[in-house]
Amino acid sequence: MSRGPAARPTAAPGGAAVAVDHGDTGHDGTSGAVAVARAGRVVALRAGPLSTRIDTRSVAVSLVLAALVVAGLCWSVTVGDSSIPLSDVLGELFGWGGNPDSDFVIWHLRLPRILTGVLVGAAFGLSGQVFQRLVHNPLASPDILGVSSGAAAGAVLHLAFIGGSSRAVTVSALVGAALTVALVNLLAFGRGRSSYRIVLVGIGLSAMLNAAVAHLSTRITLNDAQRATVWLTGSLSGRDWSYVRPLAVVLAVLLPLTMIAARQLRALELGDDAAQGLGVEIGRAKLLLSLTGAALAAVATAAAGPVGFVALVSPQIARRLVGTRAAGLVPAALVGSVVVVFADLLARRLFAPTELPVGAVTAIVGAPYLLWLLARANRIGSNP
Amino acid sequence: MTITPDPPAPDSSAAPTAVDPVAAGPATGASATATVDPAPRLVAEHVDLRYDERSIVTDLSVALPTGRFTVIVGPNACGKSTLLRALARLLTPRHGTVLLDGQEIRRLPSRTVAQRLGLLPQQPLSPDGITVSDLVSRGRHPHQRWFRQWSAADEAAVAEALRGTGTAALADESVDELSGGQRQRVWIALAIAQATDIMLLDEPTTFLDLAHQIDVLDLLTDLNRDAGRTIVCVLHDLNLACRYAHHLIAMRDGRIVAEGPPTEIVDAALVGDVFDLDARVIPDPVSATPLIVPIGRHDKEHRSHAEPHPHPA
Repeated sequence: MSRGPAARPTAAPGGAAVAVDHGDTGHDGTSGAVAVARAGRVVALRAGPLSTRIDTRSVAVSLVLAALVVAGLCWSVTVGDSSIPLSDVLGELFGWGGNPDSDFVIWHLRLPRILTGVLVGAAFGLSGQVFQRLVHNPLASPDILGVSSGAAAGAVLHLAFIGGSSRAVTVSALVGAALTVALVNLLAFGRGRSSYRIVLVGIGLSAMLNAAVAHLSTRITLNDAQRATVWLTGSLSGRDWSYVRPLAVVLAVLLPLTMIAARQLRALELGDDAAQGLGVEIGRAKLLLSLTGAALAAVATAAAGPVGFVALVSPQIARRLVGTRAAGLVPAALVGSVVVVFADLLARRLFAPTELPVGAVTAIVGAPYLLWLLARANRIGSNP
Repeated sequence: MTITPDPPAPDSSAAPTAVDPVAAGPATGASATATVDPAPRLVAEHVDLRYDERSIVTDLSVALPTGRFTVIVGPNACGKSTLLRALARLLTPRHGTVLLDGQEIRRLPSRTVAQRLGLLPQQPLSPDGITVSDLVSRGRHPHQRWFRQWSAADEAAVAEALRGTGTAALADESVDELSGGQRQRVWIALAIAQATDIMLLDEPTTFLDLAHQIDVLDLLTDLNRDAGRTIVCVLHDLNLACRYAHHLIAMRDGRIVAEGPPTEIVDAALVGDVFDLDARVIPDPVSATPLIVPIGRHDKEHRSHAEPHPHPA
């Protein structure tokens, strides 16, 4: 414990210049004009009463990730039982004239499926980031609230007792997830909703639901059991516009809501007492964040099944790319999209013409990553 | 009795947006009001504090003098941290009320409270890998909105807090890699950036070596003197408490045993009452505040002698 260079408080007012306020325009932003002040990686933007702060590296990473999503999407559209030249795909997608032979395959088969992947990935990535920061644990994911086990129970119950189309299964999965999240929150509500309590209740309830799913799976027909298994692994097979549209609408609502609620994470990360000291109504903030996070994961799970590990690894990858602990939500969401789009590409081509469920690929890639993370967390854990 | 350092002239201009806590000169125009104590802004009235059904504090009333450095002392589990939590609105009293500026703190919006009153908890979490400037900037949370996330005032307050605590050079360092003393300064910088008139600190010197304890307490004294902030602090070291406090609150078993200027209230009898400890109280040779010299079980043999043995054989 060495006394640092700045051990005396009042003695060092000058000298060590703070790396802020390079901008002479930054103060008291005059109405209308946007003032820009730069400090290292961070740029402050101000216009009248509005102000925000942007991490330049985060923006750069996000742009690259967005480009990767678009590139992956285009590439993925070219690939399939019949491969379509990239020029046709680009021409069709961007409207400068494509090939009429392929436009059905592009617009009705491949694009909606891949877009579902993009949206599902973003939702999982975002949800994972919210939960990991909310419970201060890099191993947390929306599953701790029982989202995927609830959805699975809903889906399998549907297959066992109602039967019917995949779309109807989606609705049951959503209902199952919602009920489970509500129940976990209800059971964990006492004593200030401590993170540990939520995690423990979530794990307990998930275990019960998984047992129920396993039991039900033995009692349904072989065909239904097969469908259930594919669904439980997470699959984008056969997802058409009827999946994309509701997913897009729900995300358009949840995304800004999550962004606004996530501002409280900056205070919540400092512990409950400090967060309250900074004026956060922690009960309300935690409830709102866990509900938006769970809703994102529930919608994504309903659309594509519980695509494993995406919610877990996306925030971690984003954090390493952006290089700060408090990586924003946007990079995490984009990483999620990239992961799912490329995993789906692999799932379709690895054993073509046989198609793997996308969840199998994310699990194959994600499991070793989880192990690595655990090994690392162990090492850090020994030195808190 | 004027041995204690003169209380600072309460500076009414120390508005919540004050960004220059350390460099600001002593208040000049306030000398007329310096003789009259300003009304206490933070008051607890007959509070009962409990965790679940375990009663910690019963029927306690206290008014924290505005613009002073108040220190709460007492043995472990006497309820001092619990009292601090109640004063900071973290714990709702079962009975009684806590008033901030005459209003029931429980009914005030938490943002409003956080703009007037800051709290440094005993063991806050620093997210791993977070930089000093990022951490300190989070002190601005109560002044921000989703559309106003980083105003010029935020930037100035954070820069000033870093400068005032001597941590500006560490701005881009990771908090994990700092020494305990530096880390505590960074947390105090966060509380300074919050720019509240009242600061509550729960054992800010725990786990620090003596030099860093003095360092932190000097820093708090600067904040009190130069910016007229009201400081309320839980401390374990009775001698340091006597030296730094204008107003000392001694607690035991959830009630206040004595309160007032340390020179007026601290004597051997009080130390005995509060800590069950035999002690001699002599004037501190440096500050003339009470200095508690504890008498342990093995020291008692010496008490029969007229003088303690200065030179062991």
